[in-house]
Amino acid sequence: MTDTLLKIQGLTKAYPGVVANDDVSFDIGRGEVHALLGENGAGKSTLVKMIYGLVKPDQGQMTMHDVKYAPTDPRQARATGVAMVFQHFSLFDALTVAENIALGMENPPSQRDLSDQICKVSQNYGLPLDPRRTVGVLSAGERQRVEIIRCLLQNPKLLIMDEPTSVLTPQEVQILFQTLRKLKSEGTSILYISHKLDEIREICDTATILRHGKKVETCTPSDKSARELAEMMVGASFEAPKRSDRQLGDVILEVSNLSLNAADAYGTSLRGVTFTVRAGEVLGIGGVAGNGQDELLSALSGEAMTPASMVRLDGRDIGHLGPNDRRLLGLLAAPEERLGHAAAPNMSLIENAMMTAADRKGMVTSGFLAWGKARQFAEDVIQKFDVRTPSAQNAARSLSGGNLQKFVIGREVLQEPSVLIVNQPTWGVDAAAAASIRQALLDLATGGAAIIVISQDLDELIEISDNFAALNEGRLSEIRPMLGLTVDQIGLMMGGAHDIEVEHG
Amino acid sequence: MIQLEKRKEPSTFWIYATPLLAVLLTMVLGGLLFATLGKDPFMAIKTIFWDPILGEFAFYYRPEVFKKAAPLILIAIGLSYGFKAGIWNIGAEGQYIIGAICGASVALAFYPLEARWMIFPLMIQAGVAGGVIWAMIPALLRVYFKTNEILVSLMLVYVAEVLIKAFSIGLLRNPDGHGFPGSRNLNQYSSSANLELFAGTGVHWGVVTALFAVVATYVILAKHQFGFFVRLTGESSRAAGFAGVNANRLIITCFVISGGLAGVAGLFEVAGPAGQILGSFPAFYGFTAIIVAFLGRLHPVGILFAGLLMALTYVGGNAAEAAMNIPSATIQIFQGMLLFSLLSVDVLTNYRVRFVAARGA
Repeated sequence: MTDTLLKIQGLTKAYPGVVANDDVSFDIGRGEVHALLGENGAGKSTLVKMIYGLVKPDQGQMTMHDVKYAPTDPRQARATGVAMVFQHFSLFDALTVAENIALGMENPPSQRDLSDQICKVSQNYGLPLDPRRTVGVLSAGERQRVEIIRCLLQNPKLLIMDEPTSVLTPQEVQILFQTLRKLKSEGTSILYISHKLDEIREICDTATILRHGKKVETCTPSDKSARELAEMMVGASFEAPKRSDRQLGDVILEVSNLSLNAADAYGTSLRGVTFTVRAGEVLGIGGVAGNGQDELLSALSGEAMTPASMVRLDGRDIGHLGPNDRRLLGLLAAPEERLGHAAAPNMSLIENAMMTAADRKGMVTSGFLAWGKARQFAEDVIQKFDVRTPSAQNAARSLSGGNLQKFVIGREVLQEPSVLIVNQPTWGVDAAAAASIRQALLDLATGGAAIIVISQDLDELIEISDNFAALNEGRLSEIRPMLGLTVDQIGLMMGGAHDIEVEHG
Repeated sequence: MIQLEKRKEPSTFWIYATPLLAVLLTMVLGGLLFATLGKDPFMAIKTIFWDPILGEFAFYYRPEVFKKAAPLILIAIGLSYGFKAGIWNIGAEGQYIIGAICGASVALAFYPLEARWMIFPLMIQAGVAGGVIWAMIPALLRVYFKTNEILVSLMLVYVAEVLIKAFSIGLLRNPDGHGFPGSRNLNQYSSSANLELFAGTGVHWGVVTALFAVVATYVILAKHQFGFFVRLTGESSRAAGFAGVNANRLIITCFVISGGLAGVAGLFEVAGPAGQILGSFPAFYGFTAIIVAFLGRLHPVGILFAGLLMALTYVGGNAAEAAMNIPSATIQIFQGMLLFSLLSVDVLTNYRVRFVAARGA
């Protein structure tokens, strides 16, 4: 913990229209767990890509052990002892763990030797893994292990981890932390990118906070409160969404024994999902990605049809109805993928408004479209939801993630649904936009709508849900009131550590 | 080093400028081609593009341009719906042939009855029906068996070509034709003749229908929900599903439209400029229409201009062949070059070109 491993000085990188990193400098010591903190769009990914050799800095320099460090590609970075576990894994579902790891190596040893190595290293670091298993059947947490083991086999000096706990249940997070502590004790440095303040305060020695590409401060996270760190990240204090006391009305949506086969071999089949939502209620459905969230949204929005009685709205069977019929009855949805599903990237916001609001807002008469009404509606959404865009004519892809998400959610909210289902409503969205989206959802519930929020972000669900259930491998846990539920209990509902053994010798 | 940088929004300037740029590029490349063949490039370009419209014999060539443009525009308009939605009907040529066969059969079945008011509309309907039926084969196979419509529709073109040869010497052969292959000449039978409506203009019913198709498509794409769904499906099929578009119904409708328009183009051609059912009737309009569709950026007005331009290359090419001894294959090279150039310069709509110094080690 005394020597400096990596020294970063004045790193700058600009892209057309935005300066991703502006004169960033900090040091990472040997055996130090260093957090890189910042909200979406702060510049964390770009900085880390420069360290890993994916991107070349415009200005500034790096030194590793006092020797100049300027990798031109990840291979060079790996040769110098830098390894990275990405947020989105690059694994082939159809191959085994050992085969996947071999693919990423320059000179892989024989399968048998490699399997032995994998077993030894994984046991040693408390992340046991069977090298013969096919990746396609592994959970997200287990897949992350494969990525981590792949890095550890190279004996890295610096391990970079990008948002590692976004795919883990609370129990799995603790297992990961034990592994990180072991690595630290052996002198490996860890660069830990995250926006989860409580975790950073638990595991990290130092934290560098980025905001709009600039470094705000390097500090010791355990010395600061979570609120102080949040304010440094965002640069302002803002209101947490207000929940008013709501009276819950009648049951509006009833899902009974919903079962739906996965569309392809590696999707998730839904099995026997049962729940009800009342008017004015916010039901939070948690779960790590890949457990059936997309499939559940498709079954509810009407993109995937089911036997009629599996989904009932106001006592009426609607499982066999398509999306537009459900819209007319007041059931609206906002999918996870902003560009390419919720909105067409190259079409204007006016056309994207027409996409879902046409029937409900009377924009279609005998097949002919009233573009004037669509423009009016789009401008309404832009104005009421503070969507930053030069005009409604701009293409959806020209908006930032947060602004597009505000538009997508706002488009559904302004149609006055009686049921609204949203999937990952604030993923990749800056904190201010996220807060306004959550407030909009709460306001909608106060107005008497039934809201279902499917999200991986437990903090978000804790903040806005009345009731909570977890999706795990296509099955829904029991529904419990949010009030009084501990993080540990939530973790168990999400599947705990998925029956994985933990060995720490 | 050339670097491509994706634009935030597709550039409106380049959306309109790229077809013009492609045409200019083709003229330059074509000129070079002619130069290597030992012909005067400027003279060649002038003969092909300028003379037929405004030259000495334009009074003869202009109507020819309209006559050649009509089937190209009709078919290309029909194809543009499917192409916009990512549904690839490559077999328009086959649908065109079958439409001609069906339409001509109706006419010949009534021969020598003189009742144009009844026969001509029936012929048109038969032409449409023939094209639709031929197009339904790839459409239904795609919807129910997920077969690739490109392959099926293309293969059926060859079947249609064989069929028309068979009919021209078999069922539809002119009994008064002294044993030569070919049907009666429909131009000489007043109930079926598709002749010019205004003397000396070359404008026959096919031309009128083409214009009508352009206007109707413009309205549908801009103002009708079907047009919106077609555009949306082409943009993003997942977003289209979210908007409630029934993918299978869309596939079938697009094939009906393109098959029907190709079929009716075939009918107007066989009852008009071509005149009779012959083995040599197929003229590759169905394939050239694909180039016309893309050159016109799948937009009805663009297709109108692109069709006229393509027809000009046919007519001008023939004139150049006669006047300057340029091989007729050059016309097709030209048309291919147009498509190539357009596809290449199209990158400018979505990407900005930057010249950057090569990176140091």
